[in-house]
Amino acid sequence: MRSLGKRLITIVPTLIGVVIVTFLLTRVLPGDTAAYFAGPMASQESIEEIRVSLGLDRPLYEQFVHYIGDLAQGDLGQSLSTGQPVLTEILTRLPASAELTLLGLLFAMVVAIPLGILAAVRQGSIVDHLCRVLTTAGVSLPVFFTGLLFVYLFYYVLNWAPAPFGRIDIFATPPQHITGFYLIDSLITGNFEAFRASFAQIWLPAVTLGIFALAPIARMTRASMIAALSSEFVRTARAGGLSPRKTIITYAFRNAMLPVVTTLGMVFSFLLGANVLVEKVFAWPGIGSFAVEALLVSDFAPVQGFVLTMAILYVVLNLLIDLLYGVIDPRVRIEA
Amino acid sequence: MTTLDIKADATPSVRRPTPVVALLRHTRYVLAGNLVTAVAFGLFAIIVLLAIIGPWIAPYNPTATNTTIALQAPSAAHWFGTDNLGRDVLSRVLVATRLDFIIAISSVALVFALGGIAGIAAGYFGGWTDRIISRLSDTIMAFPIFVLAMGIVAALGNSVTNIVIATAIVNFPLYARIARGEANVRRNAGFVQAAKLSGNSTPRILFGQILPNIMPIMMVQMSLTMGYAILNAAGLSFVGLGVRPPTPEWGIMVAEGASYIITGEWWMALFPGAALMIAVFTFNLLGDGLRDIVDPQRRT
Repeated sequence: MRSLGKRLITIVPTLIGVVIVTFLLTRVLPGDTAAYFAGPMASQESIEEIRVSLGLDRPLYEQFVHYIGDLAQGDLGQSLSTGQPVLTEILTRLPASAELTLLGLLFAMVVAIPLGILAAVRQGSIVDHLCRVLTTAGVSLPVFFTGLLFVYLFYYVLNWAPAPFGRIDIFATPPQHITGFYLIDSLITGNFEAFRASFAQIWLPAVTLGIFALAPIARMTRASMIAALSSEFVRTARAGGLSPRKTIITYAFRNAMLPVVTTLGMVFSFLLGANVLVEKVFAWPGIGSFAVEALLVSDFAPVQGFVLTMAILYVVLNLLIDLLYGVIDPRVRIEA
Repeated sequence: MTTLDIKADATPSVRRPTPVVALLRHTRYVLAGNLVTAVAFGLFAIIVLLAIIGPWIAPYNPTATNTTIALQAPSAAHWFGTDNLGRDVLSRVLVATRLDFIIAISSVALVFALGGIAGIAAGYFGGWTDRIISRLSDTIMAFPIFVLAMGIVAALGNSVTNIVIATAIVNFPLYARIARGEANVRRNAGFVQAAKLSGNSTPRILFGQILPNIMPIMMVQMSLTMGYAILNAAGLSFVGLGVRPPTPEWGIMVAEGASYIITGEWWMALFPGAALMIAVFTFNLLGDGLRDIVDPQRRT
C-alpha cells in the first residue's frame, strides 16, 4: 500500500504539467480569442468588452488561477456549437470511446500475444514470417485508410457489416443505460437484439483500431519470448522434463510479460490518438469525433477539454500499467 | 584517470581501414545480406525523385476541375480515375508527393535541431538545465501523441507550418532523451577532456566534439520517426487540419474520398492512401536498415 501511495504522488507533477500545457495552449499562443468570440463584424469596443467579460485583460497568472478554480469545480467551459457544458458532453460520449478502444485493445492482445509466442517458439517458420509482415504493415498503415478499406470491403462488397454510422442501427433501440457500454448493458438486461445490433456496428472499427495496436505488442512479445526461451531457467525446466506447454506458458511467458506490459503504455498513446481518426471514419459518437467537429468550427473549449481528458486518461492508464508490474513481477514491488 | 581515458579512446588507426571506407564496406555488406533494406533504399530514391519531378510528369493539371468527367473509374485516360470534381487522381497523387515529403522532412529536421540541442545541453551540463528539459519532455510525453498534435494545431492556427511545428513538438521527447543519454555518457570521455584542456570553448566542445559523435544514433532515430511524422501530418489533414482544399495532399485526398467509399467509388481514397502507406512503409524499413548499419546491437 505504501508503494501505491508513493506512485500516486509521482503523478502529481505530471498532472500539474498537463494542466499548465492545456491552459497555455489557448491563452498565450497567437490568435485573439476575444476577436474570435466577437465575430468578424465586431467593432473594437465590443471586442474589448468581450475581452473584459472573459477575463482576458487580466495578467496571465490571474487567468491561470481562475482556470484552476473552474477546473476544480469540474467546469470545462461551454461548447459554442452545442450549447452544452463541455464536461457533460465529454461524460456522455466517453463510454462510446472507451468501449471501442478497449474492444480494439482486447482484439489486438488476443491476436498479437499468441502470434508473438508462436513466432518466438518456431523462429523462421511461416508463423514467424507472418508475424514480421503483420508488425511492419501494422505500423505503416494509416489507421483511417485501413478503416476505409474495411468499410469498402465488408460493407460495400461483402455486406458483412452495416453502414458505418454510429454505435447502433438507427431502427434499434439502445439498451438501458447502466455502464454506458452497449455490449455490456444489453447483456445485463438480457436484450440480445440490442447486443447483436451494437456488435454489428462495433466489430469493424474495433478491428481497425486493433490492427494498429497489434504491431508493437506482437513485436515485443516475440522479442522478449526469444530472450526468455534462451535463458537458463527454461533450459532447467526442459531438462527437468516439464512439458513444452508448461515450459512455454508458465516459465517463459510469465517472465516475458514485463516488457510486453511496458509497451502497453506506448500502445495506449497510439490507441487514444488513432481512436480520433477511427471515430471520424465510422461516425462513432465518441469524444474524438466531438473534438474534431468542434475543431473545424474553431470551438476551443471542447478541444481543450478533450485534450485534458485524454491526457488525464493516459496518465491514469500509465499508472495502472505500473501497478500491473507489481502484480506480474514481485521483485518490482520490493524495490518500490 | 584522464590519461587512461585518452589511451582507451585513442584508436589504433594504423592497420584498420579509414572509418569512411569501413562504413561503406559495412553498408554494402548489410545491403547485400538484407534484400528488404536494399528495396527500401530503392523505394526511397523513387519517392525523392517523384517529390522533385512530380509536377512535371503529372499528365493533367491537379487542380483543374471538369465535372463532366467526375467520378470515373480508372481507365486508360485516367489511370487512377477521377474524383468528384473531375480532377485526375493520378496527377494529384504525384503532385502531393512533394508537399507530404516536405512536411515530413521539415518537421523531422526541426525536431532534430530542437531535441538534439536541448538533449545535448541537458546531458552535458546536468543540474538545472537537465531538470528543466527532462521535465518538459515528461510533460509532453504525458499526452497521447496525436491528441497533443491536434491541440497544438488548434491553438496555433490551421496551417501547414503549424502542422510541421506540432509534429516536431510531439516528437521532441524522443530526440531529447536519446541526445541526453548519449551526451551524458560522453561528457567525461577522454576526447572531451582533451578538448577542454586544450582550451576549447563550451559551444565548440558541444558542437565540435559531442554532436558529431552522437550523430549516427540521431540519424537512425530520424529515419525511424519519419514514418510517424508523415502519418501524423496525414492524420491531421484527414480530420481537416492544416492543408486546405484544393491543394493536393494524401491525407486530405483520402478524407475527400471517404464519403464516396460507401457508394463504391473506391479509387478516390485508395490511391492516395496507398501512396501514403508505401511512403511510411519505406521510411520504417529504411529506419530498420539504417539501424542495422549504424548500430547492429539494437537489432530485434
